[in-house]
Amino acid sequence: MVMDSAAAVRRRVRRMKETAGVRGAPAGVRGERSAAGVRAERGAPAGVTGGSKKREERRREGLALRGLCTSSAAAAAVEESKKTQIRVDAANSTYVFGEDVSFGGVFRCTTGLADRFGKHRVFNTPLCEQGLVGFGIGLAAMGNRAIAEIQFADYIFPAFDQIVNEAAKFRYRSGSQFNCGGLTIRAPYGAVGHGGHYHSQSPEAFFCHVPGLKVVIPRSPREAKGLLLACIRDPNPTIFFEPKWLYRLAVEEVPEHDYMLPLSQAEVIRQGTDITLIAWGAQLAVMEQACVEAEKDGISCELIDLKTLIPWDKETVEASVRKTGKLLVSHEAPITGGFGAEICASIAESCFLRVTSFITYSDFS
Amino acid sequence: MAFIPESPEKQKLQCYRVLDDNGQTIIGSEFKEINKEVAIKMYSKMVTLQTMDTIFYEAQRQGRISFYVTSMGEEVISIASAAALSMDDVIFPQYREPGVLLWRGFTLQEFTNQLFGNKYDYGKGRQMPIHYGSNKLNYVTISSTIATQIPHAVGAAYSLKMDKKNACAVTYFGDGGTSEGDFHAAMNFAAVLEAPVIFICRNNGWAISTPTSEQFRSDGIAVRGPAYGMRSIRVDGNDALAIYSTVHAAREMAINERRPILIETLTYRVGHHSTSDDSTKYRPADEIEHWRKARDPVTRFRKWVEKNGWWDDEDESVLRNDVRKKVLNAIQVAEKVEKPPLSELFTDVYDHPSSNLGEQERLLRETVKRHPKDYPIDVPV
Repeated sequence: MVMDSAAAVRRRVRRMKETAGVRGAPAGVRGERSAAGVRAERGAPAGVTGGSKKREERRREGLALRGLCTSSAAAAAVEESKKTQIRVDAANSTYVFGEDVSFGGVFRCTTGLADRFGKHRVFNTPLCEQGLVGFGIGLAAMGNRAIAEIQFADYIFPAFDQIVNEAAKFRYRSGSQFNCGGLTIRAPYGAVGHGGHYHSQSPEAFFCHVPGLKVVIPRSPREAKGLLLACIRDPNPTIFFEPKWLYRLAVEEVPEHDYMLPLSQAEVIRQGTDITLIAWGAQLAVMEQACVEAEKDGISCELIDLKTLIPWDKETVEASVRKTGKLLVSHEAPITGGFGAEICASIAESCFLRVTSFITYSDFS
Repeated sequence: MAFIPESPEKQKLQCYRVLDDNGQTIIGSEFKEINKEVAIKMYSKMVTLQTMDTIFYEAQRQGRISFYVTSMGEEVISIASAAALSMDDVIFPQYREPGVLLWRGFTLQEFTNQLFGNKYDYGKGRQMPIHYGSNKLNYVTISSTIATQIPHAVGAAYSLKMDKKNACAVTYFGDGGTSEGDFHAAMNFAAVLEAPVIFICRNNGWAISTPTSEQFRSDGIAVRGPAYGMRSIRVDGNDALAIYSTVHAAREMAINERRPILIETLTYRVGHHSTSDDSTKYRPADEIEHWRKARDPVTRFRKWVEKNGWWDDEDESVLRNDVRKKVLNAIQVAEKVEKPPLSELFTDVYDHPSSNLGEQERLLRETVKRHPKDYPIDVPV
């Protein structure tokens, strides 16, 4: 697997700066794919350091501080959602299901939920993604909150028809007589470095092409909890991709109380003036490092976490690009037909007169 | 070493029947009694469905609607099954079961508004004709995709069970649909999760032009039930009393015993697949005629109703004239109603309009304004 490292991104940012104003701005043209990037340990979000021993220490420390890794955040979100749900409206129920969900799931995201809420509310399904998503649509159509787990995002494709033709169009085709807005599909996602191509894929672009769906990807444990709760309570079918890399490596203090983070709202997580960088999920950590590296070269980067990919917060991105005049989108997914292309095309159109540099992006594919 | 045999010719699954071809109850057959009121309502709905099919089919041929699908030859499956269900039972239909809606009280005007895609169509003119849906009648809006509704019924049934409702979910599909992955997934899920759902397969012999001999090698559909651990039955799909009795019993078992039931109804698709199809290209015309005349399920039920002294020629004539007038009137009304406004293209995608779709709507409006002649005048902008 070829991975762009923070250093590679830094090189590209520098190159963009050097070429700015020289090549003009043929909107929408992509830079060439970078040469094989350096395989390097990825950068980490707040609270994570390199090295397994150190990491383990931090992890314990984090847990001692009641910090939670993403998997626990996901579990907490489900739990709190259920608690709130049961308290607020007993008739409107929440269900959690999927392959191996009952004992806690292969990533331990549903640990303890079956014991706590009952084996009929938190349960295993047969090994069949189209079946479990279709089942979830039916549950949601009856007014329930259906939280379906696809064991790996790589295995979501048998459910593609159910997601695209059914979940996404359920409300539209009925003129809002019916909806399956209570459906949330969770799926571990992205690379961890040893998963090969069937445990590493980033299939978000397939779903971003589908009106009626919301696609959300968190960058950290705290974000994961707030965004997952927002997805569960959002009255539209949502797909929540959980970067696997965050499951065990990211430690962050996660508030215990019930909180939601807004969907379709990007966040400027680092202010800058020279170039706008956009990413989502685990890639944000790489981009944070790139910002630090670029700063050494005197380049001031503005970094945006898109969070919700569809419908995405174009306004925040536009405002940033109008300021910096340059845009770089970086995602783990393949470049061709990736969601970065959509962002670039969109911004090229709306900010044409302000973009002074190549619009380009790097990836991890 | 003993292999389980494949479906042997000699041991074909029996088919449950109550009425013979002359509308006589077969001696010794067990069935659920139907009173006069229910029987007449069932028969009236069958006649209504036949009349709708004749007139709407013709309306499509005249270019007044774009598409239509008839229930010809299969009228009693949807109507007799609907009669045995309760209004609380949630229906996940395919597309050849408008009889269920008719039984539940969907009006001729409601059907017609959908076919014409006018502003009173609940689906806001978005789908092709015959894609009905009614929230108040617990009839989940149809999608064109085959078999996708089957797993939904399982999820809905699971919810009904958990909420301790005295109701089940019912889903309909054809013989072709049983080859789809969603059918197998749903059967397995229903059995494992003990969901009170009734699967009703209309095995009408044809999936557009593909005969069942090219669809599966099993002895039909019902034999697959036990492989999933599901109670199953094969029933004569042209026998209204057999269907009524079967569905009535299935409903009791599904709800009281919290289990799924598979019903295979054997019938024949007398009509073409749709108005886009000419089935004489792939099956003999005399075969169609045989089923249309000699095996017609509505005629068979009428004979039984008449034998009970509940119906005569005069009733027949009055009913057919009355329904015909009402359908024609519904068309006249629906035709004059304007189409849903352009803005409805973008609503209901999400619960609230999203900003990206708002932008696309603005662009479309600008384009329509620039090129008004290229856009239909009956769609309010």
